[in-house]
Amino acid sequence: MRHLLSAADLDRAQAVTVLDVAEQMAATQRREIKKLPTLRGRTVVNLFFEDSTRTRISFEAAAKRLSADVINFSAKGSSVSKGESLKDTALTLEAMGADAVVVRHPASGAPHRLAHAGWTRGAVVNAGDGTHEHPTQALLDAFTMRRHLVENATGADLAGRRVAVVGDVLHSRVARSNVLLLNTLGAHVVLVAPPTLLPVGVEGWPCEVSYDLDATLAGAHGDLDAVMMLRVQAERMNASYFPSVREYSRRYGLDARRVGLLPDHTVVMHPGPMNRGLEISADAADSPRSTIVEQVTNGVAVRMAVLYLLLAGARDLAPAGPPADEVALTEGVLP
Amino acid sequence: MTARRTVLEAAEIRRALTRIAHEVLERNKGADDLVLLGIPTRGVTLATRLGRRLTEIEGRPVPVGSLDATMYRDDLRRQPVRTIAPTELPDGGIDDKVVVLVDDVLFSGRTIRAALDALSDLGRPRAVRLAVLVDRGHRELPIRADHVGKNLPTSLSERVRVALEEVDGTDEVRIESDAAEVSA
Repeated sequence: MRHLLSAADLDRAQAVTVLDVAEQMAATQRREIKKLPTLRGRTVVNLFFEDSTRTRISFEAAAKRLSADVINFSAKGSSVSKGESLKDTALTLEAMGADAVVVRHPASGAPHRLAHAGWTRGAVVNAGDGTHEHPTQALLDAFTMRRHLVENATGADLAGRRVAVVGDVLHSRVARSNVLLLNTLGAHVVLVAPPTLLPVGVEGWPCEVSYDLDATLAGAHGDLDAVMMLRVQAERMNASYFPSVREYSRRYGLDARRVGLLPDHTVVMHPGPMNRGLEISADAADSPRSTIVEQVTNGVAVRMAVLYLLLAGARDLAPAGPPADEVALTEGVLP
Repeated sequence: MTARRTVLEAAEIRRALTRIAHEVLERNKGADDLVLLGIPTRGVTLATRLGRRLTEIEGRPVPVGSLDATMYRDDLRRQPVRTIAPTELPDGGIDDKVVVLVDDVLFSGRTIRAALDALSDLGRPRAVRLAVLVDRGHRELPIRADHVGKNLPTSLSERVRVALEEVDGTDEVRIESDAAEVSA
């Protein structure tokens, strides 16, 4: 694999490898010296056509902890606002020698175009495209769940775990990537949303769909292991999808009462940024079972793992001759 | 066709480790401040066995850990990407300790160079020593082992395989070579 464009690019073994490598990356981030020399001399470009705080900072921190050079590019204040096309921007970055391009774009499919149009030789990592996918978010969510829900996590998947993804599925790239990845890892996913906030074709997704949050939380189909709340993306809403904020909050918001319905081991997740008081109450967001802050920490480790697996090895190179005896090679890992 | 030749059997591996254990204690004048760090995968197994021998001989536990040097290697770009094994330092860390690195085969010396770099990011040992089960020669860096189970002259076309009970189900060191090259 040369790029990470979709959570569906990963099969089970590859996904587990990313999580295992992330586990070791997380261990290095608890040390006094957090920097590793692994990607010295490589250049990672953060190409952000859409506002983002945590994802950009997270990728930047991940690349820097691995000693890569980081170039941040945001559309605001760049030639893009003068009308430069994605192609010309990509050619410029290629001329600067980017080894990896981390791209966020408001148009679904932009990272795919960037990866396959031959404009750049670098690895492309999708950091969120439109309402399509956000694979590194799904990986960090799966990493967080595995840490909390699975003992002896190394090498394990999420087989048999039940995860509810609640809220604005229609506008959420996080939801799509999560459904795909969690399904690959063997978990069972229930999407909970009002019918207006579910995308066309959701019945073809590998998950269950419910319109009733209370019934799902009460364990109508078995206990939940994780509840993931999605942000209501008002900035993408060009029509009214629900009658009022108050009604949405009452039917689909996670508050202290609903948290109380959950089994003791269940974790509460949110990809951030949160609308406190809308999809999640302050009580629920700050409760001890909330992993929201931890997800941000884990994001750096997971992105380190992704950059490592995409950039550290030889590119397009068959293993030359027998490997050194000193360390066993693991073949068939990412690239 | 691959030709295989066993060069160390289970009993010989056991005797080599016992000898290394005594050498380590002699050199260090006892087990004070000793920390064994194995290099994954088989170095960790060997370090665990060596730690058990030292504990038996000295009558007190010797801390054992693991040190993965993958992210410090200089040949990452030349090979397919490697997975990363855990680095686990024993309680008490490595500062001002005598660290004995343990690996199965010493070859180019590049793994050990990477391990020394990794070690310096983790702390500052008083001294670092190296114990290996097999030294097969062909060093590419100025690195040598302090304790060697067996010196094994090999040609570059041969492969040295160390099999250990805990990982591979059997204890054995063998040399493999492609038969075509041998007859040529």
